[in-house]
Amino acid sequence: MSDNNDKKGIIRGIPHDTIEQSLPILAVFVAILVAVGGIVEIVPAFYLDDAEPKVEGVRPLTPLELEGFAIYRREGCFLCHSQMIRPFRDEKERFGHFSLAAESKYDHNYAWGSKRTGPDIARLGKKYTDAWHIQHMRAPRSVVPESVMPNYAWLEETKLDTSRTKKRMEVLAMMNVPYNADDISNWESDLKAQAAVDDGSGEDALRARYERKTWTNSNGEVEQWTDSFTPTPLNVRAFDADASDVTELDALIAYLQQLGTHVHFEEGVDYYHDKFGQPYRK
Amino acid sequence: MSTVAAKEEYNYDIVKFCVLTGIVMGVIGTAVGTYIASELAYPWLNLDIAEISFGRLRPVHTNTVIFGFGGFLLYGAGFYMVQHSTHARLRFEKLAWAAVALWLISMICIWVTLPLGMTQSKEYHEPEWWIDLMMATSWVFMTIVYLATIANRKMSHIYIANWFFMTMLFMVTYIFTFNGMCIPVDMTFSYSAYAGIHDAMTQWWWGHNAVGFFLTAGFIGVMYYFVPKHANRPIYSYRLSVLHFWSLTFLYVWVGAHHLHYTAIPDWTLSLGAGMSVALIFPSWGGMINGMMTMSGAWDKLRTDPVMRFMVVALAFYGMSTFEGPLMGTKSVNALSHYTDWTVGHVHSGALGWNAMIAIGAMYHMITRMWNTEMASAKLVNMHFWVHLTGAVLYITAMWGSGVLQGLMWRAFDSYGNLVYTFADSVAAMHPFYALRAFGGFLVFVGFCIMLYNTLKTVSAVKAGSNVALSAAAKA
Repeated sequence: MSDNNDKKGIIRGIPHDTIEQSLPILAVFVAILVAVGGIVEIVPAFYLDDAEPKVEGVRPLTPLELEGFAIYRREGCFLCHSQMIRPFRDEKERFGHFSLAAESKYDHNYAWGSKRTGPDIARLGKKYTDAWHIQHMRAPRSVVPESVMPNYAWLEETKLDTSRTKKRMEVLAMMNVPYNADDISNWESDLKAQAAVDDGSGEDALRARYERKTWTNSNGEVEQWTDSFTPTPLNVRAFDADASDVTELDALIAYLQQLGTHVHFEEGVDYYHDKFGQPYRK
Repeated sequence: MSTVAAKEEYNYDIVKFCVLTGIVMGVIGTAVGTYIASELAYPWLNLDIAEISFGRLRPVHTNTVIFGFGGFLLYGAGFYMVQHSTHARLRFEKLAWAAVALWLISMICIWVTLPLGMTQSKEYHEPEWWIDLMMATSWVFMTIVYLATIANRKMSHIYIANWFFMTMLFMVTYIFTFNGMCIPVDMTFSYSAYAGIHDAMTQWWWGHNAVGFFLTAGFIGVMYYFVPKHANRPIYSYRLSVLHFWSLTFLYVWVGAHHLHYTAIPDWTLSLGAGMSVALIFPSWGGMINGMMTMSGAWDKLRTDPVMRFMVVALAFYGMSTFEGPLMGTKSVNALSHYTDWTVGHVHSGALGWNAMIAIGAMYHMITRMWNTEMASAKLVNMHFWVHLTGAVLYITAMWGSGVLQGLMWRAFDSYGNLVYTFADSVAAMHPFYALRAFGGFLVFVGFCIMLYNTLKTVSAVKAGSNVALSAAAKA
């Protein structure tokens, strides 16, 4: 092979021959060149305000919903269901208002998906009843005959493992998801209250915590919603129709029933940006 | 060539191990792929068992074919060609073996943890953080061995194949590290360091560059060594290789954003991604043309040599899917193709057509050279070619059909302005395509089984001394 390289390696004045004969020069050029694109495309979004226009109503998941999100991830639901509605007429008709950047700002990890073997579920919350979800998880084809979804019958039979819930919230709080010390220390009573397996005494405290309007993250940054805004009420009930214990199905349905319900969309407001690319404002 | 006399000095043991393991990975990966494809066509196959349900098994397929089959091919072919193209024995051989061992252990951990539901939920980066660390360590070991061997080369110039390999080694280190940033909750779960739009951008910077560097730059490197070697021709154009090397290295990095067209990512990023995607056809076709034209004067080998056929058809598929890629990277086409099976078809025209076929060609080449033998059955190599090609074509055309049909059904409005089809209608319409796709995948699996059988027979014939030695003409 080396015989082929004996030509004079100068291309349009660039002494390529020199580059080819020096491992350090070649390595440094390559190492720098491959870094450019990623830096230009990824880094600015962390600093530009209009990358994630602010919108009221997006709150972190409750402990029960957070466990539901973990089950969503465990079962690989995101492989067939997207959570990212694009601004097209057919998607608006079928799935609802297009997804906003801020709606997934607390999603570690993001769950937009890349494939719709099943429908988008970014706005699934409150679209169907719990009873529908229970039946659909047991046997999808009993409610949607065309479906190719696996049966997830084991979810309602499996008691929810809550041994990681507190740690999950602590880790997320470290990454600026605005859980405060109060939210974290009350994780267990909040979880039970939302699944309605307690005596009902925890509900008010749960609602006070997750229907609040002031959110402070671990960096001390405060997000304050206006007085006129009423946060979306939490779903509090036995999601799997069984109040005796908290199952994985409770958590998953709790997660699904809040999807896309946080932001209150108003007719006629451009939630994307104006024609100059500025962040949306009312 | 002068390398023949020096062959005893090369470390072939590690290459042999990687090639054989790679073939086994191909069998396992395509078997799992066939099964999950069948689950989509016939959902009862999920059997109500959590561990084999589609959502948990799909990443087992992708990881096994990309990092198992593709990974062991890259390790094996990399160790083979870096020695041959530098005329130097592998440096730090223990480190090289450690890299291979860690990679294999990672694969085994992947097979256990993913069915149990331990996933980072980032596509093609699913294994949890501690498996990530093992894979990253293996990769760094590989990089050190590779660079050290190049540094030890017995000639002044570094061969083109090694430029591409270096690009892959560096870029995959970057993207794997930054996309893998997370905070562990415990051994079974971790949260990504990024959320929402940032996580999405980082993920597809990884996702597309795993394709762009692991499956393109690395495999182009393999092509640059094995196609000229097998055809016994010099590379067509030195200048073209220089030009397309630097442009591919620079451009590929930008195009990941096209996976996020019309999402909540800032528009300028997506437009940049789309523009770069279109531009990417030039370096891609530069490589394809350079590989193809290397066949000048050796085209007759296509009639007689199925291994050559694997390599040339691989280049044809590479040209085709790198034409399709820029097309799908534009916003207007992506509006239809995104979220549909067209993406899956595109990936597999690259994976089954380009990656698998160039890999298989390189593997057959290495087996015959390292064991100094003809394959036990030339007929079976030929059969493997046709079975694989038929399977790949069936798979790809099925997914094109279903993808475009899906996209059109979703956006169809009637004259009253109502949606014509429910989503469930589109799912029902996919069934025949899914069944055909599963059959295509099955053929590819059968092809790999043929290859494994033929290879084992060849190796045992060599051990028994009953093989036919490679002709001097082939060795030249």
